Amino acid sequence: MPDRFLAQVAVMAVVTYLIRAVPLALCRGQLRSRWLRDFLFYVPYAVLGAMTFPAVLSATASPLSALCGVAAGMALAWREKGLLTVAAAACAAVFLAERLL
Amino acid sequence: MSQPEEAPIQNSFSQGFWGGMPIGLGYFSVAFAFGISAVAAGVPVWGAALISMTNVTSAGQFAGLSLMATGAGLAEQALTQLVINLRYALMSLSLSQRLDPAIGLLDRLFMAFLNTDEVFAVASSQPGLLGRRYFHGLMLAPYLGWSAGTVAGAAAGAVLPQAVRSALGIAIYGMFLAIILPPAKKNPAVRRVLLLSVALSCLTAWTPLSRFIGSGFSIILCTLIAAGAGACLFPREEARHA
Repeated sequence: MPDRFLAQVAVMAVVTYLIRAVPLALCRGQLRSRWLRDFLFYVPYAVLGAMTFPAVLSATASPLSALCGVAAGMALAWREKGLLTVAAAACAAVFLAERLL
Repeated sequence: MSQPEEAPIQNSFSQGFWGGMPIGLGYFSVAFAFGISAVAAGVPVWGAALISMTNVTSAGQFAGLSLMATGAGLAEQALTQLVINLRYALMSLSLSQRLDPAIGLLDRLFMAFLNTDEVFAVASSQPGLLGRRYFHGLMLAPYLGWSAGTVAGAAAGAVLPQAVRSALGIAIYGMFLAIILPPAKKNPAVRRVLLLSVALSCLTAWTPLSRFIGSGFSIILCTLIAAGAGACLFPREEARHA
């Protein structure tokens, strides 16, 4: 079990909830700053990209098997397959790579 | 959404429930994958269920899980959740314009708990104002699907052999790729923001900078710089609220 598991979950839940609750409870107007709206639009891609690379290379037994998984995942994601399909293909590629290479 | 005060108020619980059913089924499969990933990261089944039932957000939960697995601190966890989930503030802001003004503060605080991307999308597609009973119905199936899927996935993950579980370590990242690559393929601005963020992230991890910047703060820093550059260099056409 990860260190301080309950504290981590509590922090995740409280922060996520407050982000959703505060605007819904307090705000009635729309965001006027176009810059801020554009910034928020780009945030998910920037954050997921930074989170994936280079951390993915140490997610499996070896960087080589991780690279095989990334290649398989990217090939299917580029063809716009669903979340589960892409994740399953990446796992299968890692599994095969660790046995064959 | 042009003249909401003239449209009738949508306030049927059953219509909300059936509107949320496809979301619930979709959530089951994504949450199943989350349950497997949680167990692979060393979280017990009850812990995976606790995360899903208190957070109800896919990207935030997967991010939180990978941060926990790398031993990040609570401050890094809080800031990462703030950055990755900031988009919900926009959705809540937009939803606040659509709610029946008669809905009180306590009800709004309750609804906010389940304002996910998909619930927001379905709620926004309704004509006119939204009533509390409709929204309560809409919340039900997604919450059940998300919770049940997590427990099922975690239970399946706990009995799988070690060789399979190590391969599952990459599942989270496979899902991230499936989320970010299709929009990057279609939108050159998204592609550039993504590439900039990845480049910055590798730079901080592979150079002596890594001694000063922890993995969690590196993600926040890369996000602020890349998304900020995107907003400055590639302003979008008149923004759609979704």
